Amino acid sequence: MAEDTPIKIHVENLHKSFHKNHVLRGITTDIKEGEVVVIIGPSGGGKSTFLRCLNRLEDITKGTVIVDGFDISSKKTNMNKVRENIGMVFQHFNLFANLNVLSNLTLAPLELKKANKEEAKQEAMKMLDMVGLSEKAESYPHELSGGQRQRVAIARALCMHPDIMLFDEPTSALDPEMVGEVLAVMKDLAKNGMTMVIVTHEMGFARDVADRVLFIADGVIMEEGTPEEIFNNPKNERTKDFLNAVL
Amino acid sequence: MNQIIQEYGIFLLEAMGQTLLLALLGLFFGCIIGVFFGLLSVVDNKVCNVISLIYVNIIRGVPMIVLAFFIYLGIPYAVNNSEWFKGILSEPLVFTALTAGSICLSLNCGAYMAEIIRAGIEAIDPGQMEAARSLGLPYWKSMFRVVLPQAIKNMIPSIVNQFIITLKDTSILSVIGFPELVNKAQNVISITFKSFQVWIIVGIMYLIIILALQFVAKMLERRLNRGRRHSH
Repeated sequence: MAEDTPIKIHVENLHKSFHKNHVLRGITTDIKEGEVVVIIGPSGGGKSTFLRCLNRLEDITKGTVIVDGFDISSKKTNMNKVRENIGMVFQHFNLFANLNVLSNLTLAPLELKKANKEEAKQEAMKMLDMVGLSEKAESYPHELSGGQRQRVAIARALCMHPDIMLFDEPTSALDPEMVGEVLAVMKDLAKNGMTMVIVTHEMGFARDVADRVLFIADGVIMEEGTPEEIFNNPKNERTKDFLNAVL
Repeated sequence: MNQIIQEYGIFLLEAMGQTLLLALLGLFFGCIIGVFFGLLSVVDNKVCNVISLIYVNIIRGVPMIVLAFFIYLGIPYAVNNSEWFKGILSEPLVFTALTAGSICLSLNCGAYMAEIIRAGIEAIDPGQMEAARSLGLPYWKSMFRVVLPQAIKNMIPSIVNQFIITLKDTSILSVIGFPELVNKAQNVISITFKSFQVWIIVGIMYLIIILALQFVAKMLERRLNRGRRHSH
């Protein structure tokens, strides 16, 4: 990453509590435009919570989060507007069960008047083609395999033309043979310069596509660095233990 | 039996018409009230949730016959004895049995409908709402385009059940003198003394209405399911 690349996401001293449970305990980091950041760490350590604070699916207890110049830690910020530019992909896909694939993709662009019917449909078909599922446009989510559903979910997020994509364990609910097809789509996105923040347990993928790896445990960033630094030469004891357990 | 049908058939059919009128009014306003309080109970706002909770619990906790007497007799009594209201009203407040009956039925039906709608919405995976919100869709757009269409499909059997209960509950309003089926049946018995035959006829009349309602509901359900089968 060049030094002068603009900062897309600025996080400063982010805290998040659920009632008495203090999940995030002061996270500070900057994510630059086009950067691919992979977050690893033990379950319950705050990875997903951190990701969900970046589009405020979780309210922010304390600290500052600035995305695309919008201070989303401020209650006054219109989150709907900000979220239009942040795509999110969930562990359990969350495709709209009442709509077919095409309508899943066109719902938000149409409702938010980003496109007329014809444009939205064309755009959706383009995205489906990109994830290799154009023949499934008329199918319903329950007719697709897990890998196909996740690729549709990625296409759905892309239809809003976000400049940031958040991935919350996108392959964790998939059968092993379907993991590859989803990671391939994500790799393409990364190659094309999308700013991505990815929570994953796929260490091989992390090593492959990440510009930077964050190791989050106990609600703080324990260690961060390039994939080589983290995977080949971890400094922190917790990072070493974790990598020994998963690799 | 034949003689009763010949002499009082039209009379009882008219009463059945009144039963249907009352039921339709109760269901119509009950649905509106139910949707309103049902949504109030799921929005992310404690005050709204509590208001809905109080309404539902009061109505569920009070027998409808008590509610009926309270609306029909209690409220007008209190209003007509209050100096403040006397200043506003040019003549004493009187509810017709139809007005009081439909208010009572609507409030009752609305509380149970609110519970059905709340439960139906809460049964939908929260991930559906999150995914919609993550795309930038506002809360109510997400609710009406994504969550409710799925919830309503699951609610239909419970809603039909509530329709049937409300229809039968109209009989309770015979106590405030509304000329529905049970009320008029009692008139017929007081003239003919043939309670066995009259109650059989009245029972069959209710049965026919409810079977017809079920038939319509089944058709509707089949129609809604056409083309988009259930997920998972």
